[in-house]
This record gives sequence, structure tokens and C-alpha cells, in this order.
Amino acid sequence: MSTQITETPVDEPVIEPVEIVELNSLDLLESEAIHIIREVVAEFERPALLFSGGKDSVLMLHLATKAFWPGKVPFPVLHVDTGHNFPEVIDFRDRTVERLGLRLEVGSVQEFIDRGELAERADGTRNPLQTVPLLDAIARNKFDAVFGGGRRDEDKARAKERILSLRDEFGQWDPRNQRPELWNLYNGRHTVGQHVRAFPISNWTELDVWRYIAREGIELPPLYYAHDREVFARDGMWRAVGEVSQPRPGEDVVTKQVRYRTVGDMSCTGAVASSAATVHDVVREVAASTLTERGATRADDRISEAAMEDRKKDGYF
Amino acid sequence: MSTLSNPLVEPGVAPVGTRMSASAITGGTLFRFATAGSVDDGKSTLVGRLLHDSKAILADTLDAVTRTSAERGFGGDNDSAQKIDLALLTDGLRAEREQGITIDVAYRYFATDRRSFILADCPGHVQYTKNTVTGASTADAVVVLIDARKGVLEQTRRHLSVLRLLRVPHVVVAVNKIDLVDFSEEAFRAIEAEVQSVAAQIGVSDVLVVPVSALEGDNVVERSAHTPWYTGPGLLQILEALPTLDEVERGLEPFRFPVQLVIRPQGALAPDLADADDAGASYRDYRAYAGQVASGSVSVGDAITVLPSGRTATVVGIDFAGRSLERAVAPQSVSLRLSEEIDIARGDVIAATGTFGEVSQDLYAELCWLSTKPLREGAKVLIKHGSKTVQGLVRAVTGKLDLDSFELGAAAGLELNDIGTAQIRLASALPLETYALHRRTGAFLVIDAQDGNTLAAGLVKDHPGDREGERYVI
Repeated sequence: MSTQITETPVDEPVIEPVEIVELNSLDLLESEAIHIIREVVAEFERPALLFSGGKDSVLMLHLATKAFWPGKVPFPVLHVDTGHNFPEVIDFRDRTVERLGLRLEVGSVQEFIDRGELAERADGTRNPLQTVPLLDAIARNKFDAVFGGGRRDEDKARAKERILSLRDEFGQWDPRNQRPELWNLYNGRHTVGQHVRAFPISNWTELDVWRYIAREGIELPPLYYAHDREVFARDGMWRAVGEVSQPRPGEDVVTKQVRYRTVGDMSCTGAVASSAATVHDVVREVAASTLTERGATRADDRISEAAMEDRKKDGYF
Repeated sequence: MSTLSNPLVEPGVAPVGTRMSASAITGGTLFRFATAGSVDDGKSTLVGRLLHDSKAILADTLDAVTRTSAERGFGGDNDSAQKIDLALLTDGLRAEREQGITIDVAYRYFATDRRSFILADCPGHVQYTKNTVTGASTADAVVVLIDARKGVLEQTRRHLSVLRLLRVPHVVVAVNKIDLVDFSEEAFRAIEAEVQSVAAQIGVSDVLVVPVSALEGDNVVERSAHTPWYTGPGLLQILEALPTLDEVERGLEPFRFPVQLVIRPQGALAPDLADADDAGASYRDYRAYAGQVASGSVSVGDAITVLPSGRTATVVGIDFAGRSLERAVAPQSVSLRLSEEIDIARGDVIAATGTFGEVSQDLYAELCWLSTKPLREGAKVLIKHGSKTVQGLVRAVTGKLDLDSFELGAAAGLELNDIGTAQIRLASALPLETYALHRRTGAFLVIDAQDGNTLAAGLVKDHPGDREGERYVI
């Protein structure tokens, strides 16, 4: 924990010498992320934050409120809604936006499908379909910088991502031609039509995120904690029974105590069996987990070894 | 570990103690290091070994790597890490796996009881200077690999030169593939002596040399029984014990604070503050300067000078997200409130009064050229220093460093991977400080004014280099 904390109003500092204690890894990751968020806000005309209600985007928004205190968060949030989201996550998203007084932009996968501009996939997964509405929302709103909660520990392709990552007119990521990122000097220059994705929590691990959520007392959608849910087994994961995810013949529905490690599209996000009901339980569970976050819960990343790389090259998050 | 336990049966939780460590729960300190090596010296394998033996590789990842290793003819039907291609753990891009090479710097994360580690894995053969400079710029330490059968190569000397130039606090040399020279003490001692000799010549001090076998795991995480003649610590033990850059510099560096932005919410207060009437009123006139402490520390009551304007004030408050701090140290992100309403904007630097000389429009610098677009005299570029970007005119390229002889030779331009010296005239004055003395405030980027790409890593020098026969002094 950082030191020298006093709860006094800011205009009456208490003058008493306080010993500096070592900054721990969470203090350092927090400081780095806030520095990056402030750089982007200072250097770009129209930044926005990708906000799904998932834990990484909730963490990002929390960091943004700290970066600009006592001012409000100086950018809107953007959600690409697959139409297959968990209702409790959408509810959480709306409450959070309301509480912080933010503007919410929504890019709707369903609308693109209804207009015939996107086709439903045979496997029913809508995660890969988010790219087109995402790029459309970026272009429509003229966003020149888009904050994401992507972390390098999530995936092998993400491990090669820059903190400020340039996207061309087609939203494409070119992993073989990235700008070198030196010291803490970030180069966000871009030409008209290009935009930049900013990943301030690049250096956080899943465990760092959970430890920080515990330390800061950050509220998350309830499905991140253990609860009873009707589920069925598919592809080695527990899938929730819902409008868009129905068991096929032979897939038995059972009620189990589960929680979600990642929250995405209902059609491809699996739950894990868990009794971790509090944030501290989750920290312990994640610390002891033998499976990666995406490997345990994301059908879309099991398609191939380079599934994430391929999606990212097309302009995905 | 080779077979993936069924997540439907197991909740994905191993018995306590297999992976959970003290720092994993409470959070230790953070240590950043990079690896640098030459072609085929086993760097990816070493990184894979560190991750594997520190239990940072989870079952599903290991399972996928084991499968791929078997498909490629690695010996793999048992669970020994020796039988899988550890390099597959780090080579993430399709082209890398297809070609068996590493293309770009990859970042890896693992933790032990004492520390969390951020590892920048820098490939050796494609654009090695660009990658090494990138990885080394943020590193507390760099691990340089040497193949025990080959000894010190030209590229080893170049790596050490770059690390010296960038002032990486600690250099560790891992003499890899020691198993392939039969764990010979004689072979190791000869390489160790050569490393120390070259390091002394270049000016890198306190180099630690460790015999390792990344493939077999000797002296990487566990001390090896095969090298009884080596009494020093294993590689991971070294990385756990070395102080970070901030720990090294704490108390030595003067306070520097590049202003990122002015926080002046007026009507746009955070809703929870705006709703509370009394608090809202007091924050409506709030004005503070947000930034990250680049070096040193600042306390309430300190006298500061704003650069380049030279105006002075006293720090009356150090704020962080509703908390009032008495003191802030590098690299904390905070907001400073000052006693005077003076004109301060993004790009200005707040410094401890009496610790800074004169701002300057003339920049003498070393440039590590990282772009395929060459540098020519007369070029107009952008210079990003701290939170300020200004135009610069390259008046002269004054030399190019021969990384083998450390001599500065004549040059009229710089190409990709060249390191040279140049004189640049700036459109407005910057608070420049010598990189040799101030690692955080002596660094800058050279940016292409047209396409916005990063062209070079810049290190501020005191004096212009001499074209003729100058013995290179870093």
C-alpha cells in the first residue's frame, strides 16, 4: 500500500513527517497507467474508453477517475454490444455510466445483422463480429484514441502489443511494423484517418487486476463471484442457459455454483465452477489457478493458436 | 502437467502452494528486465525456462505447447520440460511460429515470493539494436546471453555497448548451453574473463556472469549440481536481489516533474463532489498540475522553479485522487498545488529550486537510429522530451559510433541500427539534462514530422562530439 495517506480535505494538509514505505507492484502499475491515461487525454482531440462492464474496463474507468480527480472523467465510453450480453452486465454498465455522469456510445452488432451488413456465424459466436461496429463507431464519432483494457498476459499476440498502438485507415494492426516504445515517452502521432489504441494496463496480470480490485474496493457485476446458475457442458466449459445459449440434445442442464473469470458475449463465454464468493476468495483462487483466463473461458480463442492475432490484425480490441 | 486436467471436473484450482506465493497475494515489488542475445544462443528457451520453472506457465498453455512440440518431432510423450520446445512459449505471432524466429519485443510476466517481474524479451537477429534499445530503455537489468561454445561474439560487444550507452543499472551475462561443453569450469572461466575484460573496456561495471543451461534448467531457477565449481547465485536469485533503478537512484536525483496537464475542473467536477454542496464549492476553484515524478522527491513546503520560464513558487499540496500526501517520490503519479497562480502549461517541468542550470535551444545528443528512413543533415524533425514536443533542425551529424572499436568515426548521416552523435537546433528552449547523469530527464524521442513515426532514441550529451579521432567517451 502506498503511504502518507491522510483523509483530510486537500486544502488543509497535515504537516507531519511520514516515512516513505516501498512502493509495491500495484502502486507502480497504477502510477504507470495513470501517466499513460493523462498523456493520451493531453495529446489527443477525441479519446474514448471501451467499456463493456467487464472487470478490465471497470478497472480502466476507476483509474481514469483517479487520474482526473476532482474533475470528472473527460471522455465518453464506447460499448460494442453483441446483443448477447449478460443482462446483469448491461445493468451494471448503465448504472456506472449514470453514477460518473458519462456519455455512453453504443455500437450494436444486432443492428448490423438486421441491416444485412454482418452475417451471423455458423457457430453462433458474435465476438469476432464486434470489429465492424467498433470501427464504425470510431469513425462515426471521429475518435482518435481509444482506450482498451487489453493486457499483455492475456494472449501471445497481445504480448507483442504496444501501449500506444497505431491503427491504419482500416483499423488494422501490423505486428511486424510497430513503433519502438522507449522509456515512458509515448508517441501518439497519427495522420488523418488513423487512430491509436491505448492500453494503459498492458503490464497488469489477471492477478494484479484482482488484487487491485480488492485493495480499492471496486464494484464489479455480480457474476464475477460465485453464484448458482443453470449450466450445461460444452467444449470443456460450463455455459449458462440463456436465450442465445441453449443446450443441444445430450447436453444436460445442471445447477452449479459458478463464477465468470471473463465476461464477454454469452454465446462464447464459459463459467468456471467456483465457490469464491468474495473478492478475497477470488484473489486466492486466481493465484492458485492452473488455467489461463482465456483458455478456461473463451471459446473464440480456442479456434486456433493465432485466433487473437487474426482478430487483432482486422481491427479487434 | 502435460495433460490438461478437465476444467469441468476441477475448478481450475491447484493445491495451495503449487503456484501461490506470498507476493502473488500481497504484492511484492516490481522489477523490469530485458533479455538480449545473438542468433541461436537459446534466448527463447531461457525465457521459456524462467517462466516454466517459476510456475508462470499454466496447464492449458503448456498443454498446447506440448502438443505442438510433439507435432514438430520434439521428444514428447512424457511431462519433462526438456522434451518440449520452450521457445514456443514466447514466440507468439503466426510468422514467428512458422519461421521459427522472434520478430518483435514480447513482454512476459511472472512472480516469485519476493517480486513481480516484467520481462521484455528482445529478439537477437532482426533489428537487434532497435529491439535492445527498446527493451533496455525501461529495464532495471538486462540479461545478455552467450553460447558457451562460441564465447564473446561481435554482437555481445555491441549489446554491452548499447547497455552502457543507455545506462542500464545492472548487466547479467548468462553463459548458456554449459551442458554442451560438459559443464567445464575451464571453458566458463575463460568466457567469464573475456566478458569482464570487454565490459571493463566498454565501461560496464559490476557485470555478473552465470553458467546456465536453459534447456536443462541448470542455474536458472534451481542451483545446479552439475556446476559444483560455481558458488554464486542462480539467475533468478540474482534477479530477485538486484535493486531497481528507482531504488538505486532514490535520494541521489533532484526533483523533476514534467507537467502533463492542468487539472482545473471548474464546472466539470466529478459527480460525487458536485453533488456535495460544500465540497463542490471548494473544488470549483481547484487548480493543480498533474504529472509523474520523473526523478527525486517532493514534499509540501518545497520551493520549486518552473522550467523554462524560471518562475518560482512553493508546493502547498500534493494530491492523489482525493488523498493529500505529504511527500511523493519517483515514479508516483500525483497532482501538485502551488502557492502562486503562475502560468504553467503542459510541457513545462517543475524542478526543485536551485538544482537546474540553464534551458537551451541547442541540443547535443547521441542518437540510436531506429528507422529505415535515414537521417541526413538539414532534416527537420520533432523532439519529444518529457511532456513537450518541439521542432528541431538537425544542423550536423557529428559522428558515428563503431560498436566494435568504440571509436567515433566521421559520418554525414545515420542509418537503421546506427548510433551516432548530432547537433540539433530546437524551435524553443528545453530543460535538457545530460543522460549520463539523469536517465529519466536526459532521454528524448526523435519523431518524423510527416508520418509521425519514431525515428530515434535520443540521449542528451553535454558537448558536441569531435569529428576527428575522438576516443569515444560515453
